[in-house]
Amino acid sequence: MNGKQVIEITVNGKSYEGLVEPRVTLADFLRDHLGLTGTHLGCEQGICGSCTVLFNGETVRSCLLLAVQANGGTILTVEGLGAMAEDKHGLHPIQQGFLETVGFQCGFCTPGFLMTVYEFLKENPSPSEDEIRERLSGNLCRCTGYQNIVAAVLWAAERIRVSKE
Amino acid sequence: MAETSPGFIGRSVKPHKSRRFLNGSGLYVGDIRLPDMIHAALLRSVYAHARIVAVDAREALQLEGVIGVWSGRDIEDRIAPFPESFEIHPARWLEAVKPVLRGPRPTALAQKKVHYVGEPLAIVVAVDRHKAEDGVDLIKVEYEELSAVVDPRDALSSGAPLVHDDAKDNVVFGFKVSKGSVDRELREAQHKLRERFRHHRYCAAPLECRGVVAWLEPKTNILTVWSSTQMPHLVRRQIAAQLDLAQERVRVIAPDIGGGFGPKVFVYPEEILVPYLALQLGRPVKWIEDRREHFISTAHGRDQIHDVEVAFDHEGRILALQDSFLLDNGAYNPMGLTDAYNTAAHLQGPYKIPHLSVAGTCVSTNKVPNAPYRGAGRPEAVFVIERCIDGIAAALDLDPAEVRRRNFVQPGEMPYAAGVVYRDGEPICYDSGNFPETLRLALEAAGYEELRKRQMELLRQKRYLGIGIGCYVEGTGVGSFEGATARIDGAGNLVVVTGATGHGQAHETVYAQIAADLWGMTPEDVSLIEGDTAFIPFGCGTFGSRSTVNVGSALYEASALLKDKVRRLAAHLLEANPEDLVLGGKRVFVRGLPHRSVSFAELAQAAVPGWASKLPQGWAPGLESTFYFVPPTVTWANAAHVAVIEVDVETGEIKLLNYIVAHDAGKLVNPLLVDGQIHGGVAQGIGAALYEEIVYDQNGQLLSGSFMDYLLPGATEVPKITTVHLESLSPLNPLGVKGLGEGGAIAPPAAIANALADALLPFKIQVNEIPLGPDRVLKLLVNSKRDFRQP
Repeated sequence: MNGKQVIEITVNGKSYEGLVEPRVTLADFLRDHLGLTGTHLGCEQGICGSCTVLFNGETVRSCLLLAVQANGGTILTVEGLGAMAEDKHGLHPIQQGFLETVGFQCGFCTPGFLMTVYEFLKENPSPSEDEIRERLSGNLCRCTGYQNIVAAVLWAAERIRVSKE
Repeated sequence: MAETSPGFIGRSVKPHKSRRFLNGSGLYVGDIRLPDMIHAALLRSVYAHARIVAVDAREALQLEGVIGVWSGRDIEDRIAPFPESFEIHPARWLEAVKPVLRGPRPTALAQKKVHYVGEPLAIVVAVDRHKAEDGVDLIKVEYEELSAVVDPRDALSSGAPLVHDDAKDNVVFGFKVSKGSVDRELREAQHKLRERFRHHRYCAAPLECRGVVAWLEPKTNILTVWSSTQMPHLVRRQIAAQLDLAQERVRVIAPDIGGGFGPKVFVYPEEILVPYLALQLGRPVKWIEDRREHFISTAHGRDQIHDVEVAFDHEGRILALQDSFLLDNGAYNPMGLTDAYNTAAHLQGPYKIPHLSVAGTCVSTNKVPNAPYRGAGRPEAVFVIERCIDGIAAALDLDPAEVRRRNFVQPGEMPYAAGVVYRDGEPICYDSGNFPETLRLALEAAGYEELRKRQMELLRQKRYLGIGIGCYVEGTGVGSFEGATARIDGAGNLVVVTGATGHGQAHETVYAQIAADLWGMTPEDVSLIEGDTAFIPFGCGTFGSRSTVNVGSALYEASALLKDKVRRLAAHLLEANPEDLVLGGKRVFVRGLPHRSVSFAELAQAAVPGWASKLPQGWAPGLESTFYFVPPTVTWANAAHVAVIEVDVETGEIKLLNYIVAHDAGKLVNPLLVDGQIHGGVAQGIGAALYEEIVYDQNGQLLSGSFMDYLLPGATEVPKITTVHLESLSPLNPLGVKGLGEGGAIAPPAAIANALADALLPFKIQVNEIPLGPDRVLKLLVNSKRDFRQP
């Protein structure tokens, strides 16, 4: 359990060095060591998707990845999503979409959804409603019934397409 | 409303005030970190029922990083037991119902026995959570295993093991309510139905589990506790009572809450233990529940078995209804008779039932405590009555919609006295609503007539389309009270403070809309403080579809009081007559003379005490008013749900094709947010009807303790939901509003079960139990009298 290891991770464009026990998950490292508490833990079993972050450009469940496994990697969390925004409130178009359509209620699952959608819209900029539901099916939300989240993704896809024209 | 009403009530204002949830800056209990903070983990029982012979923590205490271990014996004389229930029983209700109330009193840590898998036995505090869990693993418990009571029917048999040692049997709560002469009607009726219905055990499963952080602030000596609760004032009261402190020494804060849905409405052992340890150790202590713990320690819901008999005439009119039901409490029911009595109070639904008898019995079993979950007894009642209505339709070969129309309380009969008392002790009286119209709109939105034609066409191809209706009424906005403070701050903005605390309902937007209209402001001029006992001395909380009704009304009354003071102070400063003054745009001005005005900010500065004061002699300083609204009784919302499904008789799979909700919750403050509440409720109801089930084996071991085994519906399982709104204003509060947070979850089990029975009408199956997974559907088909492959 002891034998802490030094790791180096780039999170939201900033480089961090940390000394962690091998059993510390990436989620706990982000939350407890770096204070980036926007990444939430809903099950710690890789099912609910609340802790989804991007690791080297791909979504991962940060509760299932150990911090030492992320050594040398690049992470994007919800806190970094807004930093890419041009919106006056610091919201990425995906976040704006969730606001416009009220794709959130208690907000706990929201960061995981945002990160999943971020990856999804890069792969599929013009998704159909069925494709959106299929892709979101790995993230659980207990408040919204998903309808407004689906609407949020459609809104964001449209906004991103328009901004690129 | 205000003299210059800009009309924000009724508009779909976007929840900009909740923007923090989108950029990761929400603050949940798990996000709180304090200097020198230490961490707790709990040792929980692995047996459903066992005597505790010994707890040996020596090895755990030797582990580096472990600060201490406390077992039941260590706290026995230091932490008082919980009350038998957190329910408040109005005297009038006790008089009218004369219930059996014999609830056991749980302790924060098990003493002599454990009563369910998951019951806390000991708590370990360590420098971090990993170390605390390492410590838990090193504690040795010697148990003497006892036979477990798992089936609530077995709990009643003579010779059943006693869940609680000192009890004479396993019955803890019970009651009977009736009107008319049910026995006579049942004896004489030409047509009768007799059924047993089971509404199974499932759970709220908010995405955020529970959690507590406690800290004794050294300067003020105030014990500050953050908890993921729907009831900060109740938590404060309980901490004070059980730790023998003055309430004034305890401050409870409900920060952002990642979903509640009911099980966060009462006080759990950890909410007492963690503050106790913070006092003992003089350091901040944090405990965060993980999902595995959540399934075995946070209350489950529902779990009722009903034996029902209905008498009806040849036209399908209900003559009498008799229901005797069992509620499986689990080891404790911290909310007493709330769910069971709600079931009785809602059993008649929107229908006229001249003769009624309902008897509820709550029994102890060796399972996780059962407590309110979204709907709290109503989905169970609605499942029963709505299946009965469809049973009547099937018996008489009538359209289920027509049977409903024949039994509805008609709009001309409003207000309608339902003949039994509500939980608040008042006679149940449906205050407003047009039930036939609600159903008509739902059927119209579903395209009911065309669906029936389509159903016949598909049946010829051996495809099974089902259309199910679920209607209900819901008592909303229950007391006993909620308060609001309205305050004009130094910048001339309005601050609203309340004891109710949201967990995803966008209260900050809803109350800002109400306040904006009351004050002639914009929602941006209004800020909300809620969920903190330091800011308002009394509070109930957010549950039971009550906050907009109670907080909205309290805000209305507090604003009226404050506006009076504002107007009189402005009149004094402007040397004008108060009757000539108008409020708007954060100013008070003389009607017709806008240049003669004074701003709210100037008024706030004038209302200070002392040398800078411009108050008239003898006036109290400050611009604020607090009002505690006590509703006369509940106000009744109603809805009609329509579920459209197709059943695959080869696989037993139910595919939800469409879901429609026509909903009447009085004046709607924000239709966009209302739709969100309905969508979310329906999704939970779909989970209940098709996927979610808490399963125990015969030894009381939980078999569905993770999201791998306990299936929450995902985006591919929930169809697009169509909502239609009606607005029958409530006559019982100044805003005309009714509650709606729970509504969506109330009817889906009934509507989907009805849809299944409807789809499989050729096979004459009875759908008396949920969830309707493929296994159960296939079993129904296999057991049906007709070969389901050859109808």
